[in-house]
Amino acid sequence: MTGVFSWNLIADIRDMWSVAFMVNAFRAGTIVAVLAALVGWFMVLRRQSFAGHTLAVVGFPGAAAAVWAGLGVAYGYFGFCLAAALVIAALPQRGNRGYTEQSAVIGTVQAFALAAGMLFIALYGGFLGGTSALLFGSFLGITQSQVLILALAAVATLVVLALIGRPLLFASIDTDVARAHGLPTRALGTAFLLLLGATAAEVSQITGALLVFALLVLPPATAQLLTARPAASLTLSVALALVTVWVALFVAYYSPYPIGFWLTTIAFGLYVLAYAAVAGRARLGTRATHPIAAGA
Amino acid sequence: MSSTPPRTATHAVPPTGGNSAAPHDPDPDREAGPVLVEVAQATAVLGGRTIWAGVDAAVAAGEFVAILGPNGVGKSTLLKAILGLTPLAAGTVRLLGRPPGQANHQVGYLPQRRSFDASLRVRGVDVVRLGLDGDRWGLPIPGRRSRAATARVRELVELVGAAGYAHRPIGQLSGGEQQRLLIAQALARAPRLLLLDEPLDSLDLPNQAAVAALISRIARAEEVAVVIVAHDVNPILTYLDRVIYLGPGGAVSGTPAQVITSATLTTLYGTPIEVLSTSDGRLVVVGQPEAPALHTDRHGTRP
Repeated sequence: MTGVFSWNLIADIRDMWSVAFMVNAFRAGTIVAVLAALVGWFMVLRRQSFAGHTLAVVGFPGAAAAVWAGLGVAYGYFGFCLAAALVIAALPQRGNRGYTEQSAVIGTVQAFALAAGMLFIALYGGFLGGTSALLFGSFLGITQSQVLILALAAVATLVVLALIGRPLLFASIDTDVARAHGLPTRALGTAFLLLLGATAAEVSQITGALLVFALLVLPPATAQLLTARPAASLTLSVALALVTVWVALFVAYYSPYPIGFWLTTIAFGLYVLAYAAVAGRARLGTRATHPIAAGA
Repeated sequence: MSSTPPRTATHAVPPTGGNSAAPHDPDPDREAGPVLVEVAQATAVLGGRTIWAGVDAAVAAGEFVAILGPNGVGKSTLLKAILGLTPLAAGTVRLLGRPPGQANHQVGYLPQRRSFDASLRVRGVDVVRLGLDGDRWGLPIPGRRSRAATARVRELVELVGAAGYAHRPIGQLSGGEQQRLLIAQALARAPRLLLLDEPLDSLDLPNQAAVAALISRIARAEEVAVVIVAHDVNPILTYLDRVIYLGPGGAVSGTPAQVITSATLTTLYGTPIEVLSTSDGRLVVVGQPEAPALHTDRHGTRP
């Protein structure tokens, strides 16, 4: 974006990191990548991508409202995303894993959230430049204190996720048996939606409300394609998200195009590569009976 | 053949099984162990509709019991009530001598289900492992306990003969393979009782026979009592110690010889049913109502 690219990558990186906002962008991006990769892994497993997307979109009116009200953008993101998570959690659940009934309601909420966001922007006036940043992300001007808030929120989210992770996995793939084992599956679902809301709020601040998926869905989905071992899958998800964010920041710094585009393109490219590799291996039939079991 | 077959399913029938030494249950070659499940005058109401009322049932240690009955009569609900997952509107349930929900760690439960989503990218061994320590909070820490858990999972997988495919994603396995792994999962905590809800549902005939034989073999080897909900009694008929017939009005229990007769089944189901004897002395039930096409959907909408 501002840098002049040379083919000496070491020098390029040194040049990039001499700029304070780029250092902060890398710090924030790293935090967000780890968080999104881990929370997103459970979201993909639980088939709650649509709920996750809605929570992210809700961050947009949240941020716009916060700007209009003269508060910090982070308050708007977190306040709206967590409130929306509670709303989705309160929706009646049909069946064990069927979110079919919810999807219409969630879609309604999503449409209204976008509309409300536009209203807040109109009310504030003179905010047009910021709109695209809220929707499609920006890594410019991430401050030291923002990085600190991101880090604290991420640590809190990940500690809770570590505590409930195993029962959450159980409740996600085997709800009835988990209940018979005395697990509060409904409360676990609510807790997870709150974690997802917090994560969406954090990731939105880097990727924008519309491109949260680049980090929340693609790395976990790619990892789950490549291996069926939960621990390996989670690790791979984090690695893919980190590669995506770091490469995207690097490229965005030296190109005139927005970070959101690069993030999504890299994550999507990795997914397509993984899909092709898995499909190709199955086609070759070399391991027809053990398609990808031993991966990673 | 019983001289007093249950005539109707619309009235509560006094308990006849378990330790009550009822005249209906003169099983000479089996000594009834301690009572594991005791359901007394139980009534279940779901969404304002009475599912069943005045149900009495008992299961003793070491027994292999089938719960039979027409579709929609609440056989699954009875299992859930025993586990404390569905509250009773009236009556009591004791599981292993304790109120429902307090002894579930000594029970293996296999709910009725459609198979796992084909795209679910979790291995069979992981699903078995969840049955062992999936309810534990916090991260699994590598160490002695973790190694013991891994060893236990391997043992379970071998017990059900699933070693060849347990490391593949469970969504890619066949119904029979998934069912074996789920039985391994239910056995993970060395339960005293297995509650199996239609474990043979959606399996082809050879797999029905194989899984039924597997359940019976494990029940004997591990000294586990089995309660199995079934809509087709034929695959499990040879293994049964006792049958609990669940009707809208209550439950009737007896030995297969008492309940599995043309006269009794015809009365209970309200449709002509014949019990035939094969050349090797096995019973075959013919004309039993089959599950309607929407069978799974109906159960899926139940809370």
